[in-house]
Amino acid sequence: MKILVAVKRVIDYSVKVRVKADNSNVDLTNVKMSLNPFCEIAVEEALRLREAGKATEVVIVSIGAKAAQDQIRTALAMGADRGIFIDAGDTDLNSLGIAKLLAKVVQDEQPGLVILGKQAIDSDNNQTGQMLAALCGYPQATFASKVVVDGGSATVTREIDGGLQTLQLTLPAVVTADLRLNEPRYVKLPDIMKAKKKPLAVTSPAEMGVNVANTITLVRVDAPAERSAGIKVDSVDALIDALKNKAKVI
Amino acid sequence: MDTTEIERDSMEFDVVIVGAGPSGLASACRLMQLAKEHHQELTVCLVEKGSEVGAHILSGAVIESRAIEELFPNWKELGAPLNVPVKRDELYLLRSETASVKIPNAFIPATMHNEGNYVVSLGNVCRWLAEQAESLGVEVFPGFTASQLLFNEDGSVAGIITGDMGVGVDGEAKDSYTPGMELRAKYTIFAEGCRGHLGKQLYSKFQLDADADAQHYGIGIKELWDIDPSKHEEGLVIHGSGWPLGGGTSGGFFLYHSENNQAVVGLIVDLNYSNPYVSPFDEFQRMKHNPLIAQYLEGGKRVAYGARAIAKGGFNALPKMHFPGGLLVGCNAGTLNFAKIKGTHTAMKSGMLAAEEIFAALQTGDTGGKDLAGYDERFQNSWVYEELKASRNFGPALHKFGSLIGGAFNFIDQNIFGGKLPVTLRDDHPDYAQMRPASEFSRIEYPKPDGKLSFDKLSSVFLSNTNHDEDQPCHLRLTDPSLPISKNLPLYDEPAQRYCPAGVYEVLGEGAEARFQINAQNCVHCKTCDIKDPSQNITWVTPEGGGGPNYPNM
Amino acid sequence: MSNLVIAEHDNQNLKASTLNTITAASKIGGDIEVLVVGSNCQAVAQAAAAVAGVSKVRVADNAAYEHQLAENTAQLVAALAPAYSHLLAPATPAGKNLMPRVAALLDVNQLTDIMAVVSPDTFKRPIYAGNAIATVQSSDKIKVMSVRITAFDAASTGGSAAIEAVNEVFTADKTKFIGEEVAKSDRPELTSAKIVVSGGRGVGSADNFKIIYALADKLGAAVGASRAAVDAGFVPNDMQVGQTGKVVAPEVYVAIGISGAIQHLAGMKDSKVIVAINKDPEAPIFQVADYGLVADLFAAVPEMTGKL
Repeated sequence: MKILVAVKRVIDYSVKVRVKADNSNVDLTNVKMSLNPFCEIAVEEALRLREAGKATEVVIVSIGAKAAQDQIRTALAMGADRGIFIDAGDTDLNSLGIAKLLAKVVQDEQPGLVILGKQAIDSDNNQTGQMLAALCGYPQATFASKVVVDGGSATVTREIDGGLQTLQLTLPAVVTADLRLNEPRYVKLPDIMKAKKKPLAVTSPAEMGVNVANTITLVRVDAPAERSAGIKVDSVDALIDALKNKAKVI
Repeated sequence: MDTTEIERDSMEFDVVIVGAGPSGLASACRLMQLAKEHHQELTVCLVEKGSEVGAHILSGAVIESRAIEELFPNWKELGAPLNVPVKRDELYLLRSETASVKIPNAFIPATMHNEGNYVVSLGNVCRWLAEQAESLGVEVFPGFTASQLLFNEDGSVAGIITGDMGVGVDGEAKDSYTPGMELRAKYTIFAEGCRGHLGKQLYSKFQLDADADAQHYGIGIKELWDIDPSKHEEGLVIHGSGWPLGGGTSGGFFLYHSENNQAVVGLIVDLNYSNPYVSPFDEFQRMKHNPLIAQYLEGGKRVAYGARAIAKGGFNALPKMHFPGGLLVGCNAGTLNFAKIKGTHTAMKSGMLAAEEIFAALQTGDTGGKDLAGYDERFQNSWVYEELKASRNFGPALHKFGSLIGGAFNFIDQNIFGGKLPVTLRDDHPDYAQMRPASEFSRIEYPKPDGKLSFDKLSSVFLSNTNHDEDQPCHLRLTDPSLPISKNLPLYDEPAQRYCPAGVYEVLGEGAEARFQINAQNCVHCKTCDIKDPSQNITWVTPEGGGGPNYPNM
Repeated sequence: MSNLVIAEHDNQNLKASTLNTITAASKIGGDIEVLVVGSNCQAVAQAAAAVAGVSKVRVADNAAYEHQLAENTAQLVAALAPAYSHLLAPATPAGKNLMPRVAALLDVNQLTDIMAVVSPDTFKRPIYAGNAIATVQSSDKIKVMSVRITAFDAASTGGSAAIEAVNEVFTADKTKFIGEEVAKSDRPELTSAKIVVSGGRGVGSADNFKIIYALADKLGAAVGASRAAVDAGFVPNDMQVGQTGKVVAPEVYVAIGISGAIQHLAGMKDSKVIVAINKDPEAPIFQVADYGLVADLFAAVPEMTGKL
């Protein structure tokens, strides 16, 4: 079985974003970029499934500007077998466009399982996996914290409000990774060198014949409103009263 | 966990370089250029502890393009980010919180003139240099620390060992444990920057500083600001000294107008100060309220913060830079020219010379491990040496005579005698030994930050984007864990609380309850603690690779 | 304009998150209808019909919908969608699981976590973990979105909408429900709790943390801590709230003995109501607290626990 993992290049989680002075977007000039943490977990899960003999090949796909190839190389250094890069240049893609491109890759590659991160830490959309599943007519398991592949099915434990849900999906299927699915491995230095020589195919939305027209316009971006100081109460009684009767939260 | 028992994988290269700063990257590029010129195969590996090249680079910076021009004569075509030529150059003496005087141009030491220089982000220059290095065939590995030295049986340096990953705070291996590996090389170039932790071990093992004066250091604290476009004057460069420093504490400030309506502001405080109550961070914060500086920052927004120690001992403190199996380059050796407050061009040149020396040796079939004394000769015949020698008295004059008379000496020495005054001033007292007991001083009451021009330490550290996985051993080692409370606290009111610009060190509780707390996660890798602790009890070692600040555009 | 709100429920009770979503729909304007998809879920439909502002409740009550799986629920919603201009669900794991699938079936984009309605086609939503707020405009004919529930008040009761059955049945043949376990922990999980009580260095010791637990238990709250408290070894580091720990946005965040370093604020500033108890009136936490009490926590916290 082949596993396809879609990965995204995003701002590093440790970097604080800053809104540009003209409010057009956030400023990403020369900030550290990384593999989206949830995508990294998705790659790790695919590798573990391959190492456990449940899969034979792990294929990485990413979409974006040229620099996104770095993140494919990171995934290859972790141990994935080959990469597919869809060069979208500076085109502003949204989740539906991405899902359509991925659906085309799925059609070409016919993986038994597609694993994605549950969301990217830049746009925080949490959409692509579900959309891809819909477009392919595949079953889905989002927010996965455990994946067991057995024969033609995957049993997935999902993190839901207040607990866990377990679903059994008939493969092929789409799974999106949550934080607790695994702890990704550290990349080893010789593997980074090896990754440079692993196959990486390059294509583009136009070559694939996929229309990625965007229907969402980013009007502006603001820094979040700063919280201002509220009131000081002078006793525990006053505090309880305020929470019960004014804020009505307890 | 006993790290000496671990089986490690090993890789071999012709040259391993530690650190992707200007000197390390220049070494790497020069080596590959020479290999290409001579159609020779050469393997060069460069490791960098920052999460990416540039992440740990912090400098003013106004740089001279001399070394870049030598290394890449077509640097403009290659897109080197030297985009802002210095247009105007001013020098001030701050007299008080509200007053400043401009030093007339005619009285400024020649070394402090900046015509022909560029205002840059040194981090971005390094990012560009790394691109050049990679396209020349250098293997660049950010996120990997050089944590230990590796020796051959004959005692020569054989390379380095990269840091272990996945060791818990208790020192035990976690599930994700990945041992570091041996990177073996015929020659290893140490380009760790000021107070490199392997450099420190090499100094001691090979007694590299036996014939040199004590190294002197400063701590540079820097902020990047978006300023009001109407106040922005691209290429304006302002330097100065004076208030709020004084009473035996010296240093200087800078304010450069760079690209995109941004300005950088910073303060370098000499680490030979004696008053343990001095807090370089707070000195810098209050300095920004002087109208000379505030006029530009008011209405602006601070976007980045960082700090780094600089080695400023110059010529007199230069160590022996070669030893069996390796060379020291750049600020790891101390090649900064303090009279110019510039170290990039000299660091790069020292790296290029090291590359030339190593390449020449390898061409003769050298199998490595030799003591390449020829590096000395190359260095002494270069413009770096000439430049550093001419500036040898600058720092000591300031240390000895203070900024007023010392400044006058420097004017005469640099402008009238071109640095060739036939005297050499020396200053052989290490900075840490200058600390005087707290009882001789009264506590400095720093004003509270206003949240507009001045800020507290933790919100500043926040803007350095520093991060360390919390579940790892503390990378700030105390030789004697009891010393901070038993000695430093009563004698010096534990100055680590104040000299650390990142709030790493705290004393919690009082009297018998007092406890020394190390918040290693905050560390911005400036190395000031390793330098300034009066008991020399703190050793900075490499944390897990990729940890530390993530400076953008610094 | 007409809105369809997808109800969140467990076949018995209508979840409060639906009420916040109905308020979001009211900001868009036009009719508000609620769709209840489930099995033996008439009680939920009746609860939805009683919400003020709801004009109609549509109920798809069939065994096939018992576990509200995304696959067939999305097909049903997509089949009903052409009658509406806006489809809304709470931005909870359930809503986030469903709505993108619906959008893709309709060949439209989806907006996640909307926190303000600027106009019927323009919305605000957080990006970069809430560190920036994007204003986005959609040109899709049907706007599909999930709603950040803490950004909208709950709709009140007092309505009496008609209830109408939906008879289309879709099945999820490739997905089998195996089981569900609701967290057995006595305390709710930190990241999903409605109330979080956090202790800082001011708590003083691991042992003293018991007064924090006692208050949390009284409030049914999760317990968090500042990095300083974790570093000092009072509590394990999976309890850390902040930049390098967990990011929480409960309805109430009670910060006890926490000074409020910016790194901590980064992890809790999106809480709806922030309460601070600290003996230092200058502590930065008071600059963001809705209710501040300057007091010795060792007296105030047990007193509060006793009086609740």
